[in-house]
Amino acid sequence: MLTADTNAGKIGLMIAAILLFAAVVGIILFIATLFRGRLADRFTAYIYLAPTLIMLAVGLVYPGVRTIYQSFFNAAGDAFIGLGNYETIFTDSEQLTVLRNTVIWVVLTPFVATAIGMLYAILVDKTKFESFAKALVFLPMAISFVGASIIWSFVYAYRPDQANVKQIGLLNQVVVWLGGTPQQWLLTDWLNTFLLIVVLIWIQAGFAMTVLSAAIKAIPEDIIEAARLDGVGPWGMFRFVTLPAIRPAVVVVLTTIAIGTLKVFDIVRTMTGGQFNTSVIANEFYSQSFRSDNQGLGAALAVLLFILVIPIVVYNIRQLKQSEAL
Amino acid sequence: MTTALPSTEVLPAAVKDETTTSYAKRKLSSPWASLAALVIAILWTLPTFGLLVSSFRPERAIKTTGWWTFFSDPQVTLDNYKAVLDSEEGAGLGSFFINSIVISIPSVLIPLTLATIAAYAFAWIKFPGRNLLFLVIFALQIVPLQVTLIPLLTLYVDAGLANTFWTIWLSHSIFGLPLAIYLLHNFMREIPASLLEAARVDGAGHVAIFFRVLLPLLRPALAAFGIFQFLWVWNDLLVALVFGGGGTEIAPITVALANLSGTRGTAWHLLSAGAFVSIIVPVTIFLFLQRYFVRGLLAGSVKG
Repeated sequence: MLTADTNAGKIGLMIAAILLFAAVVGIILFIATLFRGRLADRFTAYIYLAPTLIMLAVGLVYPGVRTIYQSFFNAAGDAFIGLGNYETIFTDSEQLTVLRNTVIWVVLTPFVATAIGMLYAILVDKTKFESFAKALVFLPMAISFVGASIIWSFVYAYRPDQANVKQIGLLNQVVVWLGGTPQQWLLTDWLNTFLLIVVLIWIQAGFAMTVLSAAIKAIPEDIIEAARLDGVGPWGMFRFVTLPAIRPAVVVVLTTIAIGTLKVFDIVRTMTGGQFNTSVIANEFYSQSFRSDNQGLGAALAVLLFILVIPIVVYNIRQLKQSEAL
Repeated sequence: MTTALPSTEVLPAAVKDETTTSYAKRKLSSPWASLAALVIAILWTLPTFGLLVSSFRPERAIKTTGWWTFFSDPQVTLDNYKAVLDSEEGAGLGSFFINSIVISIPSVLIPLTLATIAAYAFAWIKFPGRNLLFLVIFALQIVPLQVTLIPLLTLYVDAGLANTFWTIWLSHSIFGLPLAIYLLHNFMREIPASLLEAARVDGAGHVAIFFRVLLPLLRPALAAFGIFQFLWVWNDLLVALVFGGGGTEIAPITVALANLSGTRGTAWHLLSAGAFVSIIVPVTIFLFLQRYFVRGLLAGSVKG
């Protein structure tokens, strides 16, 4: 009862799996009621936690430790090579391109997405169309990275620059309207990375907007009022009232987007497959592990990702705590 | 992290807050501000709109003229959707769509149920090691998926589960648990202890307390996590690629689309229709459950 071929069979399998799971949960809840006496609560808690702890130990903790261990081994995973894989990441020219791209992604995406989200939140705040205008920018959050990649690949689409050929991509058409020649955007080194970053900014700006808009609305009215009575203009209002008040939220948004950006994989894989010097760490991890069968290097890239995420997450959580305390 | 919800603030009736209204008017009157907002709104809508229009244009028209010519020469067809769903000659996205559903439902129900039980234990039962265990689970949220994939795949192969839905169900459940426990625990701690005490005095056990007292109160938190997890799973590519073994039997629609984009990157009649077949589910959820949707996305933004 592990596989199914037909659509009906698959749905049957799914229902069977759900029923099986429900039965397991029922048994757990039942066993927990069997304990009596002083320590009953203690046993109940451990039994309630047992499935979760087993799954996390087997599915997260063990694999994590195993990957760290594997990162010190060679491609086939049978010879210890110390820090060899990490050395490759920081010396090999292809890997250095990956690192360069990752840095560009992580620096640009959070700041641009946050800036646009904040600007838009301020501009539409308290206008008649506020909810509709916000929904437009928030909607890309619902679209999968793969879907977004296809949407933007179409914007960047290129057709040979000949007499009777019309461009079907919006970007190239705009270039043509302005009198330029159409480009194969995704093949052009450096520029292509920026064009991929645009896709993630497009997705994340809605997130920034929603969080910051809530923060802006939470600013006490009397502070705004006092500043206005002092004759503060719109720019001064932003600089000395709005920005200081929403600073913790801004930091949370920046760090959250940075974490998501570090792990970006779907966009690069769907749009360029990491070719034309567009690869990033998360994509390179996939290629090395599953395409090039270099398990050691793949593991080292995953560990590097882990190490890079930790300081941002710690900072994010501390800011989150602070902003909740405010 | 929760947030206030988008709301329409401008009331036509009595000017109860004169300063706010006049401030809003002053801002609106700045043409540059309105223009900037308009430009952003257009930039954020146009790419999707262009692909949506294209998905209804005949294949030949899509390939030879830009989608904007639709307005001077409107031709509408549903052929692209037929082609992309048809398994005989098209891309056969229909069965991948079913796979996405088969993957998503258990991948939401399993972590939601297990996390609720675990969060209950953490929030309302005293036992040795409680704080330490909770801290460990909280910390596990930051583990990137990438670190776990290969050893997990080896485990599945050893267990004879490779290339079955079970691998994807289990993986998504495991990856979703830390966040779910954290969220539900926070929510449960805010429920007054007196409510539970009262039920306990009446002789109710843990199960009875949970179903009678907690469940009705927990509904918003369960909905927020459920929707977040559903979107996460529905939109996931990495987990499905790794555990689907590159085959098509259990691959979800994201994998099918990514493959289509890789092998037939210029087949825009299929790509456009395919993209919208995959988008329709999350966008419907967005439109009808916007409140929970936003809350869930914000709460889960660090996951993965």
